[in-house]
Amino acid sequence: MRFERKDLLDLQNLSLEEINLILNTAKSFREVLERPIKKVPTLRGKTIANLFFEPSTRTKLSFELSAKRLSADILNFSSSASSILKGESLLDTARNIMAMKIDALVLRHPSPGAAHLLARHLPISVINAGDGPHEHPTQGLLDLYSIKEKKGKIKGLNVAIVGDIAHSRVARSDIWGLTKLGAKVKICGPPTLIPVDIEKTGIQVTYFIEKAILDSDVIIMLRIQEERQKESLIPTIQEYREFFSLNEERLKLASSDVLIMHPGPVNRGVELPAKLADSSKSIILDQVTNGIAVRMAILYLLLT
Amino acid sequence: MSILIKKGRVVDPASGCEEVLDILIQGENIKKIDENIKAEGAKLINAEGRIVIPGLVDMHTHLRQPGREDEETIESGSLAAAKGGFTTICCMPNTTPAIDTPAIVDYVRHQAKKNAVIEVLPIAAITVGRKGKKLSEMGRLVKAGVVGFSDDGSWVTNSQLMRRAFEYAKMLDVPLISHCQDPYLSEKGVMNEGYSSTVLGLPGTPAEAEEIAIFRDISLLRLTNCRLHIAHVSTQGAIDLIKKAKKEKLKVTSEITPHHFTLSDEAVKTFDTNTKINPPLRGDSDIQALKMGLKKGIVDVIATDHAPHAQEEKELEYTRAPCGVIGLETALSLVIKELVETGFLTFREAIARLTINPSRILGIDRGKIKEGKVANLAVVNLDKKWFVNEEKFLSLSKNSPFIGWTLPGKVEYTIFRGKVVYREKPAKSK
Repeated sequence: MRFERKDLLDLQNLSLEEINLILNTAKSFREVLERPIKKVPTLRGKTIANLFFEPSTRTKLSFELSAKRLSADILNFSSSASSILKGESLLDTARNIMAMKIDALVLRHPSPGAAHLLARHLPISVINAGDGPHEHPTQGLLDLYSIKEKKGKIKGLNVAIVGDIAHSRVARSDIWGLTKLGAKVKICGPPTLIPVDIEKTGIQVTYFIEKAILDSDVIIMLRIQEERQKESLIPTIQEYREFFSLNEERLKLASSDVLIMHPGPVNRGVELPAKLADSSKSIILDQVTNGIAVRMAILYLLLT
Repeated sequence: MSILIKKGRVVDPASGCEEVLDILIQGENIKKIDENIKAEGAKLINAEGRIVIPGLVDMHTHLRQPGREDEETIESGSLAAAKGGFTTICCMPNTTPAIDTPAIVDYVRHQAKKNAVIEVLPIAAITVGRKGKKLSEMGRLVKAGVVGFSDDGSWVTNSQLMRRAFEYAKMLDVPLISHCQDPYLSEKGVMNEGYSSTVLGLPGTPAEAEEIAIFRDISLLRLTNCRLHIAHVSTQGAIDLIKKAKKEKLKVTSEITPHHFTLSDEAVKTFDTNTKINPPLRGDSDIQALKMGLKKGIVDVIATDHAPHAQEEKELEYTRAPCGVIGLETALSLVIKELVETGFLTFREAIARLTINPSRILGIDRGKIKEGKVANLAVVNLDKKWFVNEEKFLSLSKNSPFIGWTLPGKVEYTIFRGKVVYREKPAKSK
């Protein structure tokens, strides 16, 4: 089976077969990361541009490394040092970079649909590395991969996603990926951070972390931003922590071999105490490693 | 100069006429309406199999002159209007500078007289600069020729000020057109708040942002007994409020745009910025309510809210693009497609909402076909379908969500003051 799309923009519109194709391809690339020479010539001669309009540690480095592991050339663009500051539009920036004869564009942008805008206008492959609160498909895929790697399956698992769901692209992508693969998803957060009508995606909503975590096989914690206090979405971070952070007491409600996940960066001591972030139940760093394999798979499937 | 329109099916909601008749135009006016008129030397328009309607009246258009002549001028807007079968359009005052002094009104009227192919009537701002702080000189503005007042684009949030505006306008007998939108509830919203906005991760504006403002305006209307016209109604709740107000016999009228009864917020999923409109496209139940509202006469008018925007401004990320779509050239076809062909309204009922109803609200003698009255007419072929081609728009801006659609009903002629101001180019014969 081949991946027929030009772009990877979201998980909402991927079929089960497409997701499985990516995960299976990622498995072969994961093995490359264990070799002493972590390189394959698959995309030699191809050029990939990283267009990042928001700060990023993991995703940006991960895409850069994925490209390099496949022997592709990578072009890094940081909006804060570019002609964006002179008023050049997103589309014009992309068109100009494309004119340098590159093969694919990875875009991270604060606006939902930014990647769709480029994909619509440009003939080259566009990969959404996170568009505002909309989706972060590669994160969703690496989360699926990581769960599958440890649990052997996704179907039937109880997965809890806890945090600022309303503003989370990771939550949305995870919801699509997990529900398509048959997991039972519960989301949890204060009512102000739960988006309208989200139950229509096929998940359960609760405002109580104990209810979300009860018997869960996987817990995905999301970062809470300081800004939400200013917007009156939560009164204080302190209160948020009291009601919505994962701690050892609450963890007892989960299944004994529960996985603790987080897309990063972790607010240690806020949503996740340091002890749990570093515990044996946490697969947070495995997620990061798997991210390289998953992104290699995506670049491979789109460009060959 | 005389024109004879032969054998068209004349549909005139004002008189209730719906028959095949000839119309003889002499000079600027309709000379005679009858069967089998003979007129030597008259230019002949064969309207057999076509419908002849009064020239349409749009009480909500945005022309971008003065200020953004790159997006639309009074001239180009009038050409687009003529193509869509309109012979009278009212231009909103959110230009740069705003239409809030007699000097700007004079400018607009002068430009229209010089360059526009149809009638352009200015609407002035309720408050100076549309800033919502101080009443504009409404008396002088009416004297200068405006037909109504609106701060369109913004809602007058200060209720005391809006009350004064209502009271003051009573002596002028013109409608106050309110753009009902609570600025706080809608501050960050770029689309309707609902399942679609949740899935797309875009900030949404709840229906209540519009409804709260409508409730306030209707309350002030009750207090002052003035005339309120609610612009671009978009929600089910809004229809309920207007229905209740009409039952109380308050002087409220309202309008709905074709894009609001054609597209739902689901259309936003492609992130095409031609779905970004204010008020936003709403849900399916809202669309049903809007159509029923038009059917039951709760809503009196269909208006376009034609809002041209430059390509470079619409080709931006969804959150950054300006709101608005053009609509003069597609309005009639969408009315036919969504309201008439689906059986919600008869063709005559639909045309009433585009002709005599807005004319009555504006207090102008238009929107009718009558002997002795000015010859503003359109000849429409309901059997013709046409493809919406971006390049063929006469508007200077091309921001339409209907590009690529095939629509029913083609305007073949638009006649203004007895002159043909739009003629469909005949198809090249093979």
